Amino acid sequence: MSGLSPDDATIGILIIGVLLFTYSILGSIDFGAGFWAMLYGRGRETRASELANRYLSPTWKVTNVFLVLFVVALVGFFPRAMYVLASLLLVPVCLVLILLTVRSTFMVFAYSADKYRGLLRVVSGITGMLIPALLVSVLPTTLGGFIVMTPDGPQLDYGRLLSSPTEYAHLAFGFASELFLAALFLADYAREAEDEAAYAVYRRASLLLGPLTLMTAVLVTYTMVPEAQWIVAKLERQVPLFGLSVAAFALGYTALFWHAGGGRIGRPRLAIVLVIAQYASASFAYGRAHYPYIVYPIMTIEEGFTNKLMFQSLLIGYTLGALVMVPSFILFWRLFLKDKRYLRQE
Amino acid sequence: MGTTEMARALFGTSMAFHIIFSTLGVGLPFMIVIAEILFHWKKDRDYAVLAKRWTRGFGILLGVAIPSGTIVGVMLALLWPGFMEIVGQVIALPFQVEIWAFFLEALFMAIYVYAADRLSPVMRIVSVVLVAVGASASAVLITDAHAWMNTPRGFQLVNGQVTDIHPWAAVFNPSFFITSMHVLSTAYLTGAFAVTSIAAYKLLRGKLEEREAAYHRKALMLSLIIGGAMALLSSANGHSTAQMLHHHQPEKLAAAEGLFETTAYAPLSIGGWTVESEQRVRGGIEIPWALSFLAGNRFDTVVKGLNEFPRDTWPPLYVHTLFNLMVGIGVFLMALAFGAIFWRAWLKRPYPRWLLALGTITGPLSIVGIETGWIFSCTGRQPWTIYHIQRTAEAAIHAQSLAGLFVLFVSLYAFLLVVTIFVMRFYFHRHPVAPELQHPLEAPASLHKKRIGGGRLGGSPA
Ligand code: HDD
Ligand code: HEM
Ligand code: HEM
Repeated sequence: MSGLSPDDATIGILIIGVLLFTYSILGSIDFGAGFWAMLYGRGRETRASELANRYLSPTWKVTNVFLVLFVVALVGFFPRAMYVLASLLLVPVCLVLILLTVRSTFMVFAYSADKYRGLLRVVSGITGMLIPALLVSVLPTTLGGFIVMTPDGPQLDYGRLLSSPTEYAHLAFGFASELFLAALFLADYAREAEDEAAYAVYRRASLLLGPLTLMTAVLVTYTMVPEAQWIVAKLERQVPLFGLSVAAFALGYTALFWHAGGGRIGRPRLAIVLVIAQYASASFAYGRAHYPYIVYPIMTIEEGFTNKLMFQSLLIGYTLGALVMVPSFILFWRLFLKDKRYLRQE
Repeated sequence: MGTTEMARALFGTSMAFHIIFSTLGVGLPFMIVIAEILFHWKKDRDYAVLAKRWTRGFGILLGVAIPSGTIVGVMLALLWPGFMEIVGQVIALPFQVEIWAFFLEALFMAIYVYAADRLSPVMRIVSVVLVAVGASASAVLITDAHAWMNTPRGFQLVNGQVTDIHPWAAVFNPSFFITSMHVLSTAYLTGAFAVTSIAAYKLLRGKLEEREAAYHRKALMLSLIIGGAMALLSSANGHSTAQMLHHHQPEKLAAAEGLFETTAYAPLSIGGWTVESEQRVRGGIEIPWALSFLAGNRFDTVVKGLNEFPRDTWPPLYVHTLFNLMVGIGVFLMALAFGAIFWRAWLKRPYPRWLLALGTITGPLSIVGIETGWIFSCTGRQPWTIYHIQRTAEAAIHAQSLAGLFVLFVSLYAFLLVVTIFVMRFYFHRHPVAPELQHPLEAPASLHKKRIGGGRLGGSPA
């Protein structure tokens, strides 16, 4: 488009990337926590389950707004990409929506219909667990290998997608990441609540899942080759960032073994911060390799971008909105993630 | 059915489902704010109990409102990519600001429910006011996008390219103000009459101790006053909305009234159905001159008939029935509310059983009003998605089979409706009001101590 400096679209995609990353972390923790709450709901580890529920009760709605924020921002910054994205993503995204609805309503209903709590929790735990994995497995569709051009525009070739190993590698990566991030976060939450019993449960889970996520991540990159040669070549140029990512993981993982004083083992706060850094640098590397395509090779960010005027209004709108909301977020954080009276109620 | 028709069916059904929960999600917080304020003003603990119980119901409904809203938000983007292409370039702002309203509501709802015992009374009222503000603001903002579809401004479409963009002209399009007023007042009306329904039902069933009956009578009187006032307001701004149609969407008004020939002293038809071959409404009651008055406040106002417009741009003619239902419900609710208040407050008589029986249906009727009103507005805009600019077929996603998804979503909605009603009944059956009236507002933190994540309203999620 004329009068548009190329930088605007890059800024736009950077904002989208940050929002997507934020939601994938928050969503993983949210859905993963639902799963852990379900898993530990019955046996001896009920304290761990209660802790997860205590985190979820006030936060799931806020997390959901981040998902909506991402969708709205995508449409706002890249409205002209919608045709292509809609025809590719309609079916998988609708499936996610159905799972999401069952998950959220059943989670809420579980509080209100105590007689059926067990059943409702199992359904919401399992549907929730599937969501991040499904969302991650949408990623390969943007790499180009699974698209067929029809007279009505691009369509997804489901046969090819579902018979491709990379799809399942992505799925596995989604599962592992979600459970790992949630376990690690809840370990930190338990430490904050000074609940060492729950902490031990989540630390154990994190120790188990950490190496597993790394393995599935490697699997993802290896299975990518046949369908998406173009991105593999570009990913190779991002080796320094991936190296950084692995280093952050290694450091974060060992932080779970450090002594924290008072006979307690592990520094979960440090671990979760480093692991988020691990995911951030890997995502950034992946995003840079994907750039400038939204969907390879049919849609670049330039082609999908909005006009300059709307771009500027959006930037102002997001900045002002974020500034106005900051105090509310701080209050929320203090009440539910810091306040011992909430964290430690019996 | 083609893809476009399937997309309309899928999207319309999803909206019709979302609107039930979201309208109550706007109306109930408004009632909760009023009850909280009355509690502090009159120092009558019954109002605090009311606020608490409504909040629990609201918490359950939000569990459906939020995911169903997420569904329609995402579907809007996926099913109408042609529409979103223009939306994103012209009227992205309200969608974006709406996100902040959602955040406001979600954050403060959690604070109101789960941190109530750690808040000062003032902060508690502030929290619940912010919940209500967030909900109302999200309704106004989404209505802005809808109003813009009816009266689009702020851009030109030249050879399929969007040019000459003025985002603020789009935001402040001519029908924005009046349409938002109507949507807000009818949402408050729905929240109020939902309360009326429950209170009237409890009183009608009888077998109540006097203490409990008094509690329900307070709820009934409060909701009748708010509901009646909102019904009056809704009729007034509904009247202005009709005048807006007269100026900006004459086809829609003509279809609403089954008017074919342009004329002054146009009659208003109530009931009946529009028959195209006879060019009239058959089986309805005609009030002479009333349509002209409705459209322009003067009997000699010239109202355009459908024959002024090319046949392929007429809305479907059954919108006449939808419009009738909405207006009829508005008039009925207003009459009922004022009648009941007069009976009770003036004549000081107990409510007769037939009045209570009528009271129980006001909540469902309000929902029917909301549904018919929206479907009238959206279907009455056909064949346009953006009035006189973009046809629905141009807005829709291209060739995809939507039938499977349609069946899936409709089953999901039917299932959720049943489960939600079940959970509501189950919850309030298990937690009757009587014990709460006996020990009203015991030390908040001690309530539901054993419940996970429980605060003052521990039993309810938010
Ligand atoms: C309980 C709900 C309810 C009640 C009692 C009424 N309305 Fe309404 N009406 C709505 C709920 C509603 C709504 C669902 O909120 C709509 C749909 C779209 C909108 O903007 O508001 C609406 C739309 C709507 C429109 C179409 C606006 C458009 O297409 O842009 C008109 C002309 C009226 N109303 C007029 C009235 C009149 C004259 C009423 C007299 C009593 C009335 N409404 C009562
Ligand atoms: C005028 C009709 C509508 C009204 C009154 C309304 C109102 C509401 C309300 C009160 C909520 C709950 C908000 C919260 O607690 O966060 C909600 C949720 C939502 N609505 Fe609607 N809505 C309407 C139409 C729409 C439409 C057309 C869309 C899509 C474009 C939409 C998108 C959403 C979304 C995405 C959510 C979920 C927000 C969240 O995650 O919290 N709504 N709506
Ligand atoms: C919340 C109550 C609403 C209901 C019940 C509703 C209902 C419907 C129905 C039934 C249709 C299909 C029309 C037909 O084919 O005859 C439709 C279409 C549509 N509505 Fe609404 N609607 C609502 C609110 C909104 C709002 C607030 C927006 C604005 C963002 C909106 C945007 C659309 C769009 C884009 C279409 C598809 C294009 C078209 O058919 O014109 N709707 N809606």
